[in-house]
Amino acid sequence: MNGAHDLGGMHGFGPVEIERDEPVFHHEWERRAFAVTLAAGFLGKWNIDMSRYAREEMPPAAYLATTYYEHWLFGIEKLLHDTGLLTHDELDVRLQGGGGTPVRITDARTVQPEQVERLLRTSRDARVDADVPPRFKVGDRVLTRNINPTGHTRLPRYARGKHGVVAIDHGVWTFPDANAAGRGRAPQHCYSVRFTARELWGDDAPARDGVHLDLWDDYLVTA
Amino acid sequence: MSHEHHHHHDDDDVQEHRAHGAPLTDVELRVRALESLLVDKGLVEPKALDALIDTYETKVGPRNGARVVARAWLDPEYRRRLLADGTAAVAEFGFVGRQSEKLVVVENTPSVHNMVVCTLCSCYPWAVLGLPPVWYKSAPYRARAVIDPRGVLKELGVTLPESTEVRVWDSTAEIRYMVLPERPAGTERLSEEQLAALVTRDAMIGVARVPAPAAGARR
Repeated sequence: MNGAHDLGGMHGFGPVEIERDEPVFHHEWERRAFAVTLAAGFLGKWNIDMSRYAREEMPPAAYLATTYYEHWLFGIEKLLHDTGLLTHDELDVRLQGGGGTPVRITDARTVQPEQVERLLRTSRDARVDADVPPRFKVGDRVLTRNINPTGHTRLPRYARGKHGVVAIDHGVWTFPDANAAGRGRAPQHCYSVRFTARELWGDDAPARDGVHLDLWDDYLVTA
Repeated sequence: MSHEHHHHHDDDDVQEHRAHGAPLTDVELRVRALESLLVDKGLVEPKALDALIDTYETKVGPRNGARVVARAWLDPEYRRRLLADGTAAVAEFGFVGRQSEKLVVVENTPSVHNMVVCTLCSCYPWAVLGLPPVWYKSAPYRARAVIDPRGVLKELGVTLPESTEVRVWDSTAEIRYMVLPERPAGTERLSEEQLAALVTRDAMIGVARVPAPAAGARR
């Protein structure tokens, strides 16, 4: 979707400010929002592409006015509601200070403390062990499609309709546009494609510079 | 940190929080309500949340990546393996897992400067660098890294000649990138551990150089 999350190439946000000796989290609520999101993700009711899409669906003005873990909070609430694990009423009652009578979900794959280490070390589910032939090979000139889907996509606006060269074939991966929509993994090759800075930004860009993006077969046509 | 996040304790927590000054903000109240509700519904286990937090607050962080870089500086054979297959080479240290399903390590040299961004969200190689810093997740970096990398680098103190190619890696898939920075001069006699102590997170993202050791530290 053409959302506020697709920031590449925008102007006006000001300088990049690096905080010295930055802590991993700045507030206790960030710790909890982070952990709740990961733990709920391990319930297995949605995939990482659905998770990213849920955050992208935050209204643009709100997205730009809030911080990273507020995006996560918006996303996790949306996923919990969409999958029926939580109702708006239950959360509203709790927010108003009441306990309510939340429905206990008994068949959930709730993460236990002793499972955390193994789950974090072994969670790798985007790569697909399937024999899908590549449509392109390293060195091929490609053109990105000009697409503007309302659903999830990992082809940013700044790289649509642009010419590039395949630099690395990463192998076969889940295609996020399909996976986020619950249409399955649609396994296909994902490549690192190099675009010159001039192709992306015009002739004023430095001649030698370039940007690499990781792009799937379905985003690319032969140039 | 409290291990009790059951809703019956919330009022006490709120009182305690207020007694220390600032009232709870809306977002604090919302996260608290959400967590207590999920606990009551049996969907999250508070001690598992604590373990998740502890992993990234105390165990997995940029010191992991720094050890990899130091090894690559000292051991040409390891460096070769790291650049050929980053995932396997960092797994030699036990660095595997979430947000690092495939790791590509790119090498900074006098002729190529690599820099990593995720313009669409904030993808970052957790297994070697931990969780990303705020600036990496911020709109200014995500917006500017691809259109004006030299401007960003200059502001952050890295000025590059025109003859150096700037190569930006926008992490749009599940492949994660880490920069192998240039080894600073004056480090020829340092041990692997001493070298690792010099390597900064920002150098492994590609927005800083590794500083030469302070004169006293040179051995």
